[in-house]
Amino acid sequence: MKQHKIAARSHNHAFSQNTMTTITENKMVAFNDEGFRQLLDSLNEPQWLTELRESAWATFNDLPWPNNQDEEWMRTDIRMFKLEKFAFKAGSTSEGLPKLVLGEGVDLAGSVSSIDGYPVAATELAQEYKDKGVIFGTIADCIEEHGDLIKKYLFQSVDPNFDRFSALHAAMFSGGVFLYVPRNVILDKPVHVSSQVTDGGSDLRHTLIVLEDGAEATVLAESNSAADTNGMHCGGIELFVADRANLRYVNLQDWGQKVWHFAHQKAVVGRDSNLQWTVGALGSRLAKVNQHVALRGDRANVQVNGAMFTENKQHLSYHTLQHHEKPACTSDFLYKSALQDTSRTVWRGMIKVDVDAQQTDGYQRNDNLLLSDKARADSIPGLEIEADDVACTHGSTSGRVDEELIFYAQCRGYTRKEAIRAVVTGFFQQVFDRITIESVREALALAIARRVRDYE
Amino acid sequence: MSDVLKIVDLHVSINDKPILRGVNLEMTRGETHALMGPNGSGKSTLGLVIMGHPNYEVTSGQILLNGEDVTEMEPNERARAGLFMAFQRPVAIPGVRMADFLRHATTNVRNPDRKEGEDLIPMREFRKEIKDNMKQLQMDSEFARRYVNDGFSGGEMKRAEILQLAMLQPKFAILDETDSGLDADAVRLASQSINEIGHNKMGLLIITHHDKLLEHNPPNFTHVILGGKIVETGGKELAIELHEKGYERIRNEYPEAAKVNDEEEVAV
Repeated sequence: MKQHKIAARSHNHAFSQNTMTTITENKMVAFNDEGFRQLLDSLNEPQWLTELRESAWATFNDLPWPNNQDEEWMRTDIRMFKLEKFAFKAGSTSEGLPKLVLGEGVDLAGSVSSIDGYPVAATELAQEYKDKGVIFGTIADCIEEHGDLIKKYLFQSVDPNFDRFSALHAAMFSGGVFLYVPRNVILDKPVHVSSQVTDGGSDLRHTLIVLEDGAEATVLAESNSAADTNGMHCGGIELFVADRANLRYVNLQDWGQKVWHFAHQKAVVGRDSNLQWTVGALGSRLAKVNQHVALRGDRANVQVNGAMFTENKQHLSYHTLQHHEKPACTSDFLYKSALQDTSRTVWRGMIKVDVDAQQTDGYQRNDNLLLSDKARADSIPGLEIEADDVACTHGSTSGRVDEELIFYAQCRGYTRKEAIRAVVTGFFQQVFDRITIESVREALALAIARRVRDYE
Repeated sequence: MSDVLKIVDLHVSINDKPILRGVNLEMTRGETHALMGPNGSGKSTLGLVIMGHPNYEVTSGQILLNGEDVTEMEPNERARAGLFMAFQRPVAIPGVRMADFLRHATTNVRNPDRKEGEDLIPMREFRKEIKDNMKQLQMDSEFARRYVNDGFSGGEMKRAEILQLAMLQPKFAILDETDSGLDADAVRLASQSINEIGHNKMGLLIITHHDKLLEHNPPNFTHVILGGKIVETGGKELAIELHEKGYERIRNEYPEAAKVNDEEEVAV
């Protein structure tokens, strides 16, 4: 594997040549009409994509920001969010940014790193996988050669018109990654995708992953930023898992606590396929995520795992949907959150079973561990079932750490803090047990353990 | 010089309600003491107070370990100083494996000055030790991988408590009905194990309703607690008498304490 380090100002690099040139000269691109034009001019994209962006930009201009009148935003206040404070920044370096963790000690098939939405470094996909037809790189890099393939999938699951954030994302997305694994090809090493933001920077990456019939892949994606810097993520993830394919997708969100995070994420899974989707959410000032799984082929099997740890004034809001469109599919959803200080989480989950989706086995569970009196977790499971032969279960719990557990551990020599940490780690173990990738388990466990403080 | 645990005129309340009313007790390491009494007499409370349970308030009196008062110490400081309690109903800690829990506990208790984050005892050494102890307790090695007390049967819980006793090697151990809820074979095994692990080595304060445990671990002293007070102390024969004849004589001889005790029981 060859390591490419790409200086953002260099014109002599393999990456996103078109994007980089103009933007670099302009330094900043704002999220307004002028900025949108600048971005379009800097890109050398096919007509269909320009049209898609223009249409989304029109939607963005038509729509108001969501507010507390919208059911989805009742509990999530974004009045303090000011888009004009953020811009695309080119030429940022990794100085002062936290370490990336998911790739540690992992033999990777390839990687792409970006800062402020621009690719900065990459390890090219190993030749053996290229020879098998695997495509991996930024969308900007892949669009010229594989435009038709990308067109077939891009924004075919995430709807640009869903709300103002999805429209902004579709209009101005930049960076991110495209992974394509052809029929029956097994990508037996994970690929790693990272994105970071610097102060005032923005990350509008789009992740597009396509597994054809019988293909297999593992994707480790992570994002972070320095603790005290502002930033914005307005992202999109689209996962297409065709018949008999297997995808493990891990997404670790560890932004600093001044970063706004808005994301639309959707997977479409086919017949007899497997998707394991693991979310670790630790960072951001406020996160509003729509995570949607469409089970679109018979006997598709999806497992969604989530581990959230919030502190200070963080607010994490998740709207999840397990949509059973076809018979005999299984979806197994488990989110666990621990909340410290005055932080807050909102989870609203839905299992939707279409009339044709007989023999559905749907499960959703959300457990919250409150580590302070002032933390709050809203947990709202839901079922919408039109078929008559289904097994759907849901549940949620919210509670504090049992003082008797702390006392018991203390009687065995644990300090109070060690005891709480053990209880919290144990609380997440059920999720960790389901995560089959060691680097992910370790990174999450370490990050969580580090955050646990004593609590009032 | 042998270690001494001395409880002096201990008064304890829970939510301003007195529950122990002047307990005096002195144990030397190597001795076995039986603590007996009817329900609601304060047996378990005394154990929990010795360990520092936060719900109980010591209103007066002292708990002295080798002359040092531990009443202001955190439970973990007491554990590291050499105090242990095998719980009657130990709580489950889901997601925390027995082995991990015990490795951490053993490290802390053996290195009382250990700061958080410092190294744990080496895995190899620990594994061998826990394996040997589990073998002695006829525990399946699978046990170490299970979550602490999570989904344990009554017998498994008690054995897990004895395993912890064996690993932590305290100076003084309170065994709160470590033989209850077990079938005859399990009681015999528990009793023998406690004998091998602790008898003559630790100071044992045994709370029990059965005689098997005391048969294997004959007490040097038997204390009878009634209405939050130790009303009588004797030798082994006192334990035998109470097992055979119950508390009738005690109640008659200490009517005031019996009255308090009955009120307690109603309140409980």
